[in-house]
Amino acid sequence: MLGLTPKDTTLLIIVAILTLFAPFILNPFPTDSAMAQFNAGYPDLMQRFVIFGIFAIGFNILFGLTGYLSFGHAAFLGVGSYSAVWMMKLLTMNVIPAIVLSVIVAGLFSVVIGYISLRRSGIYFSILTLAFAQMSYNLAYSVLTPVTNGETGLQIALDDPRILDGANAPQYPNLFGTEMNDAVTMTLGPWAFTFSVGYYVCAIIMMLAFYLSIRIFRSPFGMMLRAVKSNQQRMNYTGLNTRPYTLAAFVISGMYAGLAGGLMASMDPLAGAERMQWTASGEVVLMTILGGAGTLIGPVVGAGFIKYFENIFSKINDSILHQWFSFMPEGLEDLLVFLVHPFIGKGWHLTLGLLFMLVVIFLPGGLVEGGQRLSKMFRRKAKTSDEKTDGKTSPAE
Amino acid sequence: MDAIILQLLNGLDKGSAYALIALGLTLIFGTLGVVNFAHGAIFMIGAFCAVTLSKLFNLSHKSSEPSGTDFLGNPKYEDILYVKDWFGESFGAWMIDWSVPLAVIFAIPIMVGLGFLMERGLIKHFYKRPHADQILVTFGLAIVLQEIIKYFYGANPIPTTAPEAFRGSFDFGVLLGFDQNAIIYPYWRLVYFGFSALIIGAVFAFLQFTTFGMVVRAGMADRETVGLLGININRRFTIMFGIAAAVAGLAGVMYAPINSPNYHMGMDFLVLSFVVVVVGGMGSLPGAVLAGFLLGILESFASMNEVKNVLPGIDQIIIYLVAIIILLTRPRGLMGRRGVMEE
Amino acid sequence: MGILEIKNVNKRFGGLQALGNVNLSVAENTVHAIIGPNGAGKSTLLNCLVGKLIPDTGSVMFDGQSVLGRAPYEINQMGISRVFQTPEIFGDLTVMENMLIPCFAKRDGSFEMNALASMSKQRDIMEKAEQMLVDMNMADKRHMHAASMSRGDKRRLEIGMCLSQEPRLLLLDEPTAGMARADTNNTIDLLKQISAERDITIAIIEHDMHVVFSLAQRITVLAQGTPLVEDTPEKIKGHPKVREAYLGESA
Repeated sequence: MLGLTPKDTTLLIIVAILTLFAPFILNPFPTDSAMAQFNAGYPDLMQRFVIFGIFAIGFNILFGLTGYLSFGHAAFLGVGSYSAVWMMKLLTMNVIPAIVLSVIVAGLFSVVIGYISLRRSGIYFSILTLAFAQMSYNLAYSVLTPVTNGETGLQIALDDPRILDGANAPQYPNLFGTEMNDAVTMTLGPWAFTFSVGYYVCAIIMMLAFYLSIRIFRSPFGMMLRAVKSNQQRMNYTGLNTRPYTLAAFVISGMYAGLAGGLMASMDPLAGAERMQWTASGEVVLMTILGGAGTLIGPVVGAGFIKYFENIFSKINDSILHQWFSFMPEGLEDLLVFLVHPFIGKGWHLTLGLLFMLVVIFLPGGLVEGGQRLSKMFRRKAKTSDEKTDGKTSPAE
Repeated sequence: MDAIILQLLNGLDKGSAYALIALGLTLIFGTLGVVNFAHGAIFMIGAFCAVTLSKLFNLSHKSSEPSGTDFLGNPKYEDILYVKDWFGESFGAWMIDWSVPLAVIFAIPIMVGLGFLMERGLIKHFYKRPHADQILVTFGLAIVLQEIIKYFYGANPIPTTAPEAFRGSFDFGVLLGFDQNAIIYPYWRLVYFGFSALIIGAVFAFLQFTTFGMVVRAGMADRETVGLLGININRRFTIMFGIAAAVAGLAGVMYAPINSPNYHMGMDFLVLSFVVVVVGGMGSLPGAVLAGFLLGILESFASMNEVKNVLPGIDQIIIYLVAIIILLTRPRGLMGRRGVMEE
Repeated sequence: MGILEIKNVNKRFGGLQALGNVNLSVAENTVHAIIGPNGAGKSTLLNCLVGKLIPDTGSVMFDGQSVLGRAPYEINQMGISRVFQTPEIFGDLTVMENMLIPCFAKRDGSFEMNALASMSKQRDIMEKAEQMLVDMNMADKRHMHAASMSRGDKRRLEIGMCLSQEPRLLLLDEPTAGMARADTNNTIDLLKQISAERDITIAIIEHDMHVVFSLAQRITVLAQGTPLVEDTPEKIKGHPKVREAYLGESA
């Protein structure tokens, strides 16, 4: 279907179902229960899931396939955000032109930065991208203040021209009149599910982005990108020019980042320079590696994982911990709370750093590889219990 | 003219910090072949050694006898500092005043120990892994280290003072025959520059004149051959990691009075130091020092108003701009050797 | 006029004259071996042919066109394929994918942005790669990770990859170095078969005399960067100068 193998189609359908029903799936606990804090089914968080999912999917096309580790992709996300907000200031609050412009502008930026950075590889490439991103960040904060509004960040205002919008046009980002923050809440017994327009706009765009990435992975072009990672020497001596391939991958991933930035601004119309900082680039690297670089679904899993736990961990505090451990004897309870305390609330980054180190050390393939290992283990157990040792292994994909 | 000299001086202290951090980075890269993103965190921990020591010296207890009554008539107790209790009034006061230089002594074993721990516990397992993995795992370590510091010391910068004797400024202008107050330069920055020059000299002398250093230099040039000679190069490299950590740590200790330490200062310096290493040439020690001072001075020149009026924003990007130009025109950096990470 | 004409090529590295006035002509559809002791400049010469090095003076013409100043991928697109001393293959990819890549390079040129094309629609390429796997006798390994194969298989695969580009000139750099005797003989047989069945010129740099004398129709002996003699294998075997320079015997 859609030019995909049955296996990929299944994957796409599963992802589609999960995203469409996310408001249900992510809200498994009744609103009033103690567990409600683990719910993630509210629009703001779900939007972040899919937006960062898009960012990571794009990053994976560069890093996962070609192995070029960019530390500057946040710059493209920032540029996308700024372009989208400017579009909403000047032209219309409709999100379509804003998103289109953010992709185009990020694409142009990535052509320039990619063309220069890709003249080097390995660690030098990483440093070049890092230097470009820091340059953009510093400029956004200083001389480019007329464009970026410096530290305050770029916002929309009532007196913006918005030449395409009539007098009665909505004052918030919208899709042909339907505002992004419109939402319907459905109450089912003790549960409440929120369906927001913004989330579904993002979700549909992510589905398209995901579909496109599957097509790229499975295309001859995607195979060439993996060949770049595997052996550039052989590529050159096979009559292939590696530079356009890597540049194309760089630009595609830059456009994905711009798309994510544009969506971010469409959900909440402001853009700040902190989105371009290199630690923000580091975050998308974390997501991709944590989920599984080079795999199709890995980046999405990584983005969801990090954003979910960031949200949950940041909300847990000592009194919640005391509730959890209250069944234990007093001394032990206090000790446990004391031990867990550094990792929760504001300590979420500590947890993330540790988790990331553990993944790089023990599970270089990320969570996806972990899942595969587990399922293999179970399958092997099932086989041995069946006492049917089948020598044939399924061919590697 | 005086403005130029002032900027030259201003560039020196930043340049010293860049040079010291970059020296350690390039030492680790040259010996172990590891790209260490946690090196900035070591610099930051060094600065917090100074913070910790000055906090320890300022620990106090209440006096047992009330020294009078406050305005409500309640007995008033004085805070008595432990150091004054133990070392006497005047020496205790001196210790508090000189806590930053004293922290250097405490920091050396701590930083070397930290370096050993990092190398043996983590980095060792990454020699054979790709550079991307090394970058990623040390990046994770850097996050962990800075979050630990943040947990104990909070997110705000902690002002740390230099000894009283160095708190003033030196009027260079008079010395060089300019007007008074034309070139004012804080004493502590002079101290910092002298200190870094000393450390850089010590590292070079160590590598140049000791047998240990000779083996390490040989190992940097050709690891396999040295290994074939039956010399246990790995143990020496571990020690080099400790030394590199100590150099960065000491740079941090002495930097504390110049810039109040905060938990993310390491990351801020790391990016710039990497740029310095790349500009100097990966694995080249003189290159790192040269590029460190060069970029530090360039940065302070770029922040002159005369320059900024012509090229607005240049002070923000000059270092990166130089790095990009150097990388594209001289891939090996200013003094890089042939064959080191050219691909 | 040979398919490859090397004229007056000089190459200096600092004080070392790596190649001095090399003149060499390789005739079409022959197997031409270049032999010589270590440091004779064989690898330097080869690198000058494929665009990795540019000679200081002289000309290298392939089929009437100069190769000098062109990037390796451009020279490859002209019809020169190279087999390396240690097999250079795409280790992370499957054997089938390894074979597909040169087929795409042959059909689409040095760059093609077919990011949305489906692999299964590329029937001509798939069939060609499949056929080449069968020819190379490794169709059963098509789903294997290329890196996990034996050295001999990697060599076979590399040669197959080069052949699937239908090159007019195949350059081999010590193709049997470090191979067991059985693998060496297999490779010789393979190359013999290729040379007999295909419209192809083979230039081979080799150390192993057994390989050279079983394959070559013409041999050039290189010593100290200069061609010493060029002749048929029979004549080379008995040539006193060669015995002296290469085989280390006094005449």
